[in-house]
Amino acid sequence: MTKGGFIQRDRAWHPPAYAPGYKTSVTRAPGRPLISMPTTLSEETGPVFGRDMLGPRDNDLILNFARDGEAAIGERIIVHGRVTDEHGRGVPNALIEVWQANAGGRYRHRKDGYLAPLDPNFGGCGRMVTDAEGRYEFRTVKPGPYPWPNGVNDWRPSHIHFSLFGSGFAQRLISQMYFEGDPLIWQCPIVRTIPSDAAVERLIAAQDMTATIPMDALAYRFDIVLRGRRQTLFETRKEGL
Amino acid sequence: MTRRPDTLKETPSQTAGPYVHIGCTPNFLGNTGIYPEDLGARMVNDRTRGERITITGTVWDGTGTALRDALVEIWQADADGLYPSPEETRGAADPDFAGFGRSGCDWETGAFTFATVKPGRVPYPDGRLQAPHVTVWIAARGINTGLHTRMYFADEADANAEDPVLARIEHRNRVPSLLAQPEGNGVYRFDIRLQGDHETVFFDM
Ligand SMILES: [Fe+2]
Repeated sequence: MTKGGFIQRDRAWHPPAYAPGYKTSVTRAPGRPLISMPTTLSEETGPVFGRDMLGPRDNDLILNFARDGEAAIGERIIVHGRVTDEHGRGVPNALIEVWQANAGGRYRHRKDGYLAPLDPNFGGCGRMVTDAEGRYEFRTVKPGPYPWPNGVNDWRPSHIHFSLFGSGFAQRLISQMYFEGDPLIWQCPIVRTIPSDAAVERLIAAQDMTATIPMDALAYRFDIVLRGRRQTLFETRKEGL
Repeated sequence: MTRRPDTLKETPSQTAGPYVHIGCTPNFLGNTGIYPEDLGARMVNDRTRGERITITGTVWDGTGTALRDALVEIWQADADGLYPSPEETRGAADPDFAGFGRSGCDWETGAFTFATVKPGRVPYPDGRLQAPHVTVWIAARGINTGLHTRMYFADEADANAEDPVLARIEHRNRVPSLLAQPEGNGVYRFDIRLQGDHETVFFDM
């Protein structure tokens, strides 16, 4: 079997570019159809980031911005899961970057003016690289919901932003993780840009009592699927490519 | 819903939102002390082989307003057309070239900038050579799924004329949207227009 190009994206599964319930998409959505092309080496290769780049607290948001001896305020949680491709195979060495609001729903960002206060011990960013089986884990506080200017009274459910690199640049993905049981999920215009409930469900992390740390932290499991490569004996390729 | 035998569905995309810098370019944002430097901030060093170039541009929305909250990433081959990636099987790329760059947009003007080298030519799956190009990926508030496009070089007319990807563009008057214009001193301008008469060609691959 030769390693083929990437399986095409199911565009009906992902949110459409133009989703008027999310007002900002209206002026930022391409109006013309995407031009289709097979993946080439330019999309089948991609940057791979080694563990040597990581600092010891990169995946610990409770401590990585905190003063010595202090810690971020909020519900202590572990988020963990596995990154696989569409064939169910673990994706090793995938860089995952996460960012989030603090426990009060406030981001450490020049553009966020929400009246909830900053936590001096919380930066809201972390990163990690998946292990040989595609597993990852980080520690943080549960982010709070926050209001945002879209409709007159729209609220984001608690969420963590995820950015992922696989082995090929065609797999590049940014998404958001939500928390099981949050009633705001189904009212959120950004969540609702996703066409099907089944696809939304894929972004909702389940509470995982098997991974909690007793007397310390609750845990949530969030599995992620990146695009897979076609696998065939019959690739239309020149020898040696 | 499409059903594929024995395959999982990809995790659905969501917008990067307005606060993407916190996770992706914290130092650019001013949130220092977590990472020593932002990912993709340095593509070249003193030893990198090839012609030094600067890529700069602006992402424009459908009203002609510059996006000041976008994240722009590029991925490209080295000067010899080799990718610094484990998936590259044709040879070892320049160890002093990163291939990957990431830039926030200027908080006032919206300009993004990359200091890099001009990429060499890379084969298409059928063996034909592609024209020198840079893969570009744009994420931002209001963009629900990251947009893939390519930057080509306006001063590579012969190579562009035989490029198999550019050849797929039926409306030939859209091809110039992918051509970065030389501005002298190795600077190439590549503006990205999300909508309108001069909308950039975006790819589904
Ligand atoms: Fe957010």
